[in-house]
Amino acid sequence: MAARAIWKGEIKLGTTKVPVKLYSAVQDRTVRFHVLDDRQKKRVKQHMIDPDSGEEVPTEEIQKGYEIEPGRFVILTQEDLEKLQPPPSRDIEIVEFVPQTKISEQWYDRPYYAGPDGDEKNYFALVEALKNKESEGIAHWVMRNKYYAGALRAIGDHLLLFTLRDAKEVIVADDLTKPSGAAPTQKELAMAKQLVEILEGEFNPAEYKDEYRERVMEFIEKKARGRAPRLKAVKPKRQTAALDNVLAKSIEALRKKEKRAA
Amino acid sequence: MPPRRSQSASRRREEPEEENSGGRPFWSGTLTFGLVSVPVSLFPAARSNRASLRMLGPDGQPLARKYFAEKTGKDLDADEVVRGFEVNKEKYVIVTDEELERLAPEKTRDIDLKQFVPADSIPPLYFERGYFLTPAAGSQKAYKLLAETMDKSGLAGIATFVMRGKEYLVAIFSDKGILRAETMRFADELRTPEDVGLPEKKDVPKAAVTKFEKMIATKSKKQFTPTKLADKQTDSLLKLVKKKQTKRENVVKVEDEMETDRKVVDLVKILKQSLGGKK
Repeated sequence: MAARAIWKGEIKLGTTKVPVKLYSAVQDRTVRFHVLDDRQKKRVKQHMIDPDSGEEVPTEEIQKGYEIEPGRFVILTQEDLEKLQPPPSRDIEIVEFVPQTKISEQWYDRPYYAGPDGDEKNYFALVEALKNKESEGIAHWVMRNKYYAGALRAIGDHLLLFTLRDAKEVIVADDLTKPSGAAPTQKELAMAKQLVEILEGEFNPAEYKDEYRERVMEFIEKKARGRAPRLKAVKPKRQTAALDNVLAKSIEALRKKEKRAA
Repeated sequence: MPPRRSQSASRRREEPEEENSGGRPFWSGTLTFGLVSVPVSLFPAARSNRASLRMLGPDGQPLARKYFAEKTGKDLDADEVVRGFEVNKEKYVIVTDEELERLAPEKTRDIDLKQFVPADSIPPLYFERGYFLTPAAGSQKAYKLLAETMDKSGLAGIATFVMRGKEYLVAIFSDKGILRAETMRFADELRTPEDVGLPEKKDVPKAAVTKFEKMIATKSKKQFTPTKLADKQTDSLLKLVKKKQTKRENVVKVEDEMETDRKVVDLVKILKQSLGGKK
């Protein structure tokens, strides 16, 4: 069954507009629990209380405040917040293009498929152009009263629009300093290189399964039938041997494994 | 749109947890490659929403979110609620924190780098959230060894591990000698164009493609400038806050001992300290 579009917009490139529909590219598979009242085993509700008096504060009396320093707030009224909303627009404005490798993983937030909404000629022409130029567009748009910055990319035969994180929220390595302490020796570096090379391969996402999710679901099913298995406690572990010794042993072990596999 | 996290009875704060963690790592454990173990801590690589607003009462007092029993109206404390999975309508299986912890397969309690792949070969669709890794006291050398090796080879390490009741697929990158983990979506958490029902590729006239190629060429930049991503909406919210503060308009102050543990955490400072190996 085809997915439902979450939003409609138009990619704006100069005077050309390419109408698109956005679809979430993510399908949530997290095991969802409900919070239950321990005694009644019934679902609970939430409300806001004044922690001092323990009294409930009804929704219409709740205000929103920005904490300027501990215990000091600037109240923002509903009117203030509405005024801060950007004017609604359908435009996905492309401000510039950058080479595809230039945006670090850190910036990507949520992926959306941008599917064609009518004009398929311009849509697939844009896909092809982005691929030929190995470029990705930096986009700005307003969706549901919120301002977004993002990246427009062609992957496979279609367009994807990623929301990117707010520049002021991301911490980059340049803001930090390398760890201090002893440096590894040349011998250790050579061995580590060897080790990593043995483990080198291609990224194949299908190889990785959320095994834990499967185990949790299996456990829930067993427990529902009244046959929950006993689970062993978790033991922490530690390693103490010298680094070059451990590296040598790792290489040896992996080589043996490779031979067996061959 | 932050990713939703699994709901847990023991976690019920409104803000993302990093905000209230008081500078403690998000996770501490062991990173391994081959038989080499590197004890590390994980810290978020992004600050929480800088325009985060608190809910206040009529007198400006900060409010707390509280669970209550619908039938009796009685407020419930953390030890009076449990986590239940609905197997049938209104029939739940209770799962405890301890059970969730014990269910994690032993091999997934560490970040075991079983594979290394070219660092730029992972499609951005997979990336979810970033964390910096800092070495535990005494593990700086092994940390540097891994970081330097990955830097030189241009590779990223891949692993799956369980953290806080959820299994994560992660890619570990070396960013100029600093290790960064990016949690990733599993393949079955991503939709394909067929799942979404997108139309198949159509052939288009060459002229239409060339037109876009020219537009791309004129608007191309060599580098990506993150400052262009600054959230204007958040900026104007903070500007308004400043204005009101100067005019002393709508400013409230509350005396509240509870506030002392909510002090603003400087993530960069904590990361620097942690990378320096200091406690």
